[in-house]
Amino acid sequence: MIFLQLLFEFFKAGLFAVGGGLATLPFLFDISAKTGWFSTQDIMNLIAISESTPGPLGVNMATYAGVVTTGVAGGLVATIGLILPSIVIIEIIATILEKFKNAKIVQAIFSGLRPASTGLITVAGLMVAKVALLNIELFSETGKITDLFSIFSIILAVLIYAGLKKFKKHPVIYIAIAAAAGILLQL
Amino acid sequence: MKDYLDLFLIFARIGGLTFGGGYAMLPMLKKEVVENRGWATEEELLDYYAIGQCTPGIIAVNTATFIGYKTKGILGGIVATLGVVAPSVVIITLIALFLQNFADITIVKHAFAGISVCVCVLIFDAILSLGKKSLKNIFSWVVFSLVIAISLVFDISPIFVVILAGIAGVIYTRIKKTKEVK
Repeated sequence: MIFLQLLFEFFKAGLFAVGGGLATLPFLFDISAKTGWFSTQDIMNLIAISESTPGPLGVNMATYAGVVTTGVAGGLVATIGLILPSIVIIEIIATILEKFKNAKIVQAIFSGLRPASTGLITVAGLMVAKVALLNIELFSETGKITDLFSIFSIILAVLIYAGLKKFKKHPVIYIAIAAAAGILLQL
Repeated sequence: MKDYLDLFLIFARIGGLTFGGGYAMLPMLKKEVVENRGWATEEELLDYYAIGQCTPGIIAVNTATFIGYKTKGILGGIVATLGVVAPSVVIITLIALFLQNFADITIVKHAFAGISVCVCVLIFDAILSLGKKSLKNIFSWVVFSLVIAISLVFDISPIFVVILAGIAGVIYTRIKKTKEVK
């Protein structure tokens, strides 16, 4: 019974959370308040864990919440509930798109969507950069402009970019190097 | 059968190596799906991201379903999606069962601070490459700049941004056509 409930609650989150993993959060608070399956502290834990493990945030959140609620099977059920609406909706859109992809109107729509999509991704990149390269908290405490930039992070970013352009290896190589650098430099 | 296994494994690899949500997946997708496999073009990735923004669900899952569908039909969409979530499910289950304070471990914190610097560089590199494909005329530059300005200034849902951009695309194409006819 609890599995059916889990499936239903996370199906709802998957259906109504539009626009990425963090959009799943309000639904988690709602589920927590309504069912008491997991606490607000659990949600805080799971945000920290989702952000320091690989994989889509929303999926990480659903798995964690499900496991905390009813163990391994719960994690599976919650995750399936979450991704089910996506799969159904996207399969339908993809089928329609395949049929009409050469239609003039679809081409016209995409001529607007592509630059917009690039813009949205750029904004997301700026948000990541803000967290990764700047010390907003330290700066607001001291007010010194030199405290705003985390120098080591910026140097690391420049080095990674240079390496990326020069060697063109798989992204994971740079991620591994950056993780090691983070540990060594105590970032 | 081998094709489906291939699809599952590639997406499992992408899911297992992506730190920080749908956008961070972009550099991996570009490498594995566009450059190594040729399953989709960069333009198509942009389309999928745009649609994934305004349809329900997680962007990473939506994009995986799209590419899977394009490669191997409906079953392909399901297989790619299961692939992209599989590593998360395994890793998070283990952490939730045994290591609830995982994120508080000092070494994990430092490693992740380094990783987020790298993710930031990878995303910007991907943006530069996508920009070359999608920003080819004044209209696209205007849309691109407006989207960034609007998103930074207002707390507006990407759904509206995407819908407005689609409408702008239709209007622009109409105007261009009438001009050509004249």
